[in-house]
Amino acid sequence: MRTLRFLLQKEFRQIFRDPSIIRIIFMMPSIQLLILPWAADYEVKNIQLSVVDHDHSQYSRQLVNKVTASGYFRLQDYSGSFTNALQQVEHDEADLVLEIPADFEKKLIKENESTLFMAINAINGVKANLGGAYLRSIVQDFNREVRLKWVQLPRFNPELQVAVTASNWFNPSMNYKYFMVPGILVVLVTMVGSFLASLNIVREKEIGTIEQINVTPVKKYHFILGKLIPFWILGLLILTIGLTISWVAYGIMPAGSLLVIYSFAAVYLLAVLGLGLLLSTYTSNQQQAMLLSFFLMMVFILLSGLYTSIDSMPNWAKIITRFNPVTYFIDVMRMVVLKGSGLKDISSHIFTMLGFAVVLNTWAVIHYKKRS
Amino acid sequence: MTTNNTAIQAEALTKRFGDFTAVDAISFEVKKGEIFGFLGANGAGKTTAMRMLCGLSIPTSGKASVAGFDVYKQTEQIKRSIGYMSQKFSLYEDLTVRENIRFYAGIYGKSDAFIKEKTAFLLRELHLEGEANKLVRSLPLGWKQKLAFSVAIFHEPEIVFLDEPTGGVDPVTRREFWNMIYKAAESGITIFVTTHYMDEAEYCNRVSIMVDGRIDALDTPAQLKKTFEARSMDEVFLKLARKAKRSGD
Repeated sequence: MRTLRFLLQKEFRQIFRDPSIIRIIFMMPSIQLLILPWAADYEVKNIQLSVVDHDHSQYSRQLVNKVTASGYFRLQDYSGSFTNALQQVEHDEADLVLEIPADFEKKLIKENESTLFMAINAINGVKANLGGAYLRSIVQDFNREVRLKWVQLPRFNPELQVAVTASNWFNPSMNYKYFMVPGILVVLVTMVGSFLASLNIVREKEIGTIEQINVTPVKKYHFILGKLIPFWILGLLILTIGLTISWVAYGIMPAGSLLVIYSFAAVYLLAVLGLGLLLSTYTSNQQQAMLLSFFLMMVFILLSGLYTSIDSMPNWAKIITRFNPVTYFIDVMRMVVLKGSGLKDISSHIFTMLGFAVVLNTWAVIHYKKRS
Repeated sequence: MTTNNTAIQAEALTKRFGDFTAVDAISFEVKKGEIFGFLGANGAGKTTAMRMLCGLSIPTSGKASVAGFDVYKQTEQIKRSIGYMSQKFSLYEDLTVRENIRFYAGIYGKSDAFIKEKTAFLLRELHLEGEANKLVRSLPLGWKQKLAFSVAIFHEPEIVFLDEPTGGVDPVTRREFWNMIYKAAESGITIFVTTHYMDEAEYCNRVSIMVDGRIDALDTPAQLKKTFEARSMDEVFLKLARKAKRSGD
């Protein structure tokens, strides 16, 4: 115990004396949480629209007005030539081209139907998809208005109509920040837990102090605990700072209990620290550890359900997400923060994480021993 | 097998890495309080041999005991009774002089009272009182090495292993460093030192020279010079090392 005390004292001194670690602890959560949620928003806005109007009728103008009034589109150009509009797409100045044919109004009134043409710049898949869908629903809306005006409605509606109203549970205003901020916080905690810890251990290897520790009576588990405990505390500290920032800046107060979040985080950190330890046993200098961390972080983030829904992934990817600890924490965070889930609801997550912790730490310790 | 007067004893100690025999059945004995020079060209197997004696690496075959403890089974007891200073500087640069001393003494299980008293004594001895609360990073290399040696023997070990302790240090500091080694030896600590400086070899009580994993010569510097009809240890070393088939690292 006394040995551990000396190790911890040394570790904390080094951590708090290192300006880069202080920066990481305080600046990283602030910057990531204050800037990223604003940028990482799923809503597509400012879609550059180029309208090719061959009709120049009252209806065509009405349609364009309606589209621009929706707030999602920005009228980039209003011209009479499709080639011209397509050129703008080529120069990436327009995302969408809406072509209104010459006899749009006439056909609409006389023949009761008319066609519109939409050309979508699909280089940015998300923008193209959502932009096209927005425009389609606006045109549909327009269509209904026109029909109301022109078509004599029969006394009884011959068509059965199903009207759908929706309400968003747990996040009534569909505020993306409620959804993103807890997820970003998870990524932060993961980075501190695994990568800072592994860098710290590898640094001792690089400098050679680990060799010196190995010839002292310090036991391996002393050394490992001496490394894990400070970063475990650091991880919880980052979580606290992050929760405070999301409360102050976005007014996000977990619907559930903070205790639930912290209990899960406590177990989660054991797992990611195990991963950090494992990384450090497989690398011999900080550069290697850093590159490996970058690679893993990419996989972790993209396969965690932070940005994209896991349910829409192919089956093999879904299987991978189950081996990603980040997935579980993001899930828990969203459950607790938005839905107010309790310990009981996340118990299976906690047990899975315990499994992760046991496997990763055991693997790391076995591999660590083999080296000498 | 160990008499009371023996600090280290090795018998046919061998270490193989796959097909490569790094240390090939070396046998020697180091007496208590002796300054034992462990010489050899780069890649001759010195560091591997030393690592086995320190309990960092398990021998492939052979027998060895350090401070009366077996290198196979009693590595924990060995670690408790030795000090070690590697060629890589091994103090924490981002801790102060005082914190380094306290840390290393602490993990050897020394009491607070012992640490406090001996730290004050050591700082006076090294003329580092003014630098006690400065980061080790800010000290000149020579001072760092002297401090590292002092820390390695702070917990009063029976034997101290020094792996090229004076690499990159100026001649004046090397001289001072050797004075510290003599002092430690006088207080009863056995010194096991590797070096590339042949003038330092002359300071040792006895010297062994490793060539290609084997000990080719072992005697007092004076006797070695006589045997090999050489004027200096430098010449002795060159005569032996030239036979080496392995290239250095």
